[in-house]
Amino acid sequence: MSTPLLMFLIFVGITLVITYWAARRSTGSSAYFAAGRSIKGWQNGVAVAGDYMSAASFLGIAGIIAFQGYDGFMYSVGWLVAYLTVLLVVAEPLRNAGKYTMADVLAYRLSPRPVRAMASLSTLTVSTFYMIAQMVGAGALVSLLLKDSGVTYQAAVVGVGILMIVYVVFGGMLATTWVQIVKAILLMAGTILLSVLVLAHFGFSFGNFFDAIKHVTYHAAAGKVVTQDFLQPGLRYKPPYGALDLISLGMALLFGTAGLPHILVRFYTVPDAKTARTSVVWAMAIIGVFYILTTFLGFGAATIVGRDVISKNGGTNMSAPLLAQAMGGDIFFGFISAIAFATILAVVAGLTISASTSFAHDFWTNVIHRGTERAPGEEVKVARVTAFVVGGVAILIAIVLGPTANVAFLVALAFAVAASANLPVIVLSLFWRRFNTRGAVAGLGTGLLASIVLILLSPSIMTVDPPTVTGAARHLIQSPPLFPLENPGLLSIPLGFLGAFLGTLTGREPSAEARYTELVVRANTGLGAEKATTH
Amino acid sequence: MPPKMNIEPEPGDQTPEVGAATDVAPLGRDHGKPAHELTAEEDADGTDWGRVAGESEFKGLLASKRRFIVPATIFFVAYYFALPVLVGYAPGLMDTRVLGVNLAYLFALSQFFMAWAVAALYVRAAGGWDETARRIIERLHSSRKEK
Repeated sequence: MSTPLLMFLIFVGITLVITYWAARRSTGSSAYFAAGRSIKGWQNGVAVAGDYMSAASFLGIAGIIAFQGYDGFMYSVGWLVAYLTVLLVVAEPLRNAGKYTMADVLAYRLSPRPVRAMASLSTLTVSTFYMIAQMVGAGALVSLLLKDSGVTYQAAVVGVGILMIVYVVFGGMLATTWVQIVKAILLMAGTILLSVLVLAHFGFSFGNFFDAIKHVTYHAAAGKVVTQDFLQPGLRYKPPYGALDLISLGMALLFGTAGLPHILVRFYTVPDAKTARTSVVWAMAIIGVFYILTTFLGFGAATIVGRDVISKNGGTNMSAPLLAQAMGGDIFFGFISAIAFATILAVVAGLTISASTSFAHDFWTNVIHRGTERAPGEEVKVARVTAFVVGGVAILIAIVLGPTANVAFLVALAFAVAASANLPVIVLSLFWRRFNTRGAVAGLGTGLLASIVLILLSPSIMTVDPPTVTGAARHLIQSPPLFPLENPGLLSIPLGFLGAFLGTLTGREPSAEARYTELVVRANTGLGAEKATTH
Repeated sequence: MPPKMNIEPEPGDQTPEVGAATDVAPLGRDHGKPAHELTAEEDADGTDWGRVAGESEFKGLLASKRRFIVPATIFFVAYYFALPVLVGYAPGLMDTRVLGVNLAYLFALSQFFMAWAVAALYVRAAGGWDETARRIIERLHSSRKEK
């Protein structure tokens, strides 16, 4: 049995024990959806960090830096600073005024059914797209990492899908949280170890390290040898639209993070708003250290392994595992690969539970059945079935798309929807007395629609491929893009706010304005906030 | 269903009241549940939201939050967007060599410390707000008991 496979199996074993333990402890809705609100501040902080440090950031950012240098590091920066929006604007009011989902806060003062229906639609869109991107990546990666053990893409996708369903269906939020915590600790350990090894390679001299980054040599497409300064900005984002795309990316990150449903549900797992705050601070400490260390992962891969070798051995996403192999041999390669696998599993489980919570709590109970469970425990049952269905659909779509499908845009889309649809309505419902149901529905609708349409018109979908690109890797529409930016945030976020604003102005809703006072008192004092249940 | 517990003493209950108040647990709860046992709905039940919102201490809390959060948000958003704007529109300037690296990398790195610093300041300020919120809730609960 190969080392990576053995380490994968050890991790799977640990997570199944966690799930079994959680399943025995969890009874009731609050336990299933919010882990009984009994997660400690540091634990939730580690879990938030874990939810955020997806394979896209561990493998993706390392890969972008390894291939395009400094511009990749721009992602790292945005992903931390975004947490200030979470900390200063949304975390505490959301914890104080909500129950399980972000829609709870909107439903406080607005007409619950239309608002929840739209919020649920947007949550499902964000979660499903994000999940499909992760599943396709997971399948491709796992089959690559385990190719010596004969694991195919299909088997990898099915395996990841089944595990994620098991965690969520049986273990609920408690299991999902602890899987996330274990993975985040492993990920940090692996990243720190790898960074130290990279520094050791340069004799623990930052001078030598940065000198090497300034002279990275690789073979360009035409076969000629290029020596490039990788600290120089602009290798990825080139004129004429590069600068705008960078700003647009920044907007999606800064405003999207605070609207990501799988991050927001985490704040309901802690006892009170003060603990929610503590957990954001923990998350920021971990996320910050992690993203600073992407300097060593990315530039380390660029200088020590090199673009040429990475391209021949699986492409950008393999940068970090290949760096581990160069630094610590097969065992370390196995360890880092197992961490990458753990990362994917934990993140898809987090996405599944936020999607199924939103469907069960917002759509099933509150929209279809007007806020009452017909039988005790119905909401949890519906959530379990939803997790099963969502997981199954994600497996099918990932298999149909295949390992070479171009899915990176789905992550950009998830962030764009979160920033353009979710964030405007959360902010306006917390801070604008006049805000009403029409505004919320219009804001969610415009933000969602604008994000999807702009992505469809962007270079991610509309590009003329050279004939060398074949099959699923080809872009869907073979014509020049109508919208020049890869990240739609620059336009879609203002459109989301505009939709919410104009929708509000079409009418007045005295009941929403009257209940604003209640929302403000609740959000700022924690009066009447959902309490922890004791075990 | 278990039989319904009757925690109030029946009229005519002859159970003698023996010993000092500290010796025995009270048989009934004439003040209702203590605050930490209230469910979310009981906690907020019957609250006059308008009255709380009108209190000068609550207004002060909101004003104090605004005084911190609004400038802090403007600052971090501006500081953050300075990076993509400068990198995008002045790549030459940002490639200036400083301390063995370049300005672009140092500015990006500074963002991490900026974020941590703003978060630390926020947590310090929020400690004071917690105190105020606790006082407001306590006053509300004690006024409810008097009723």
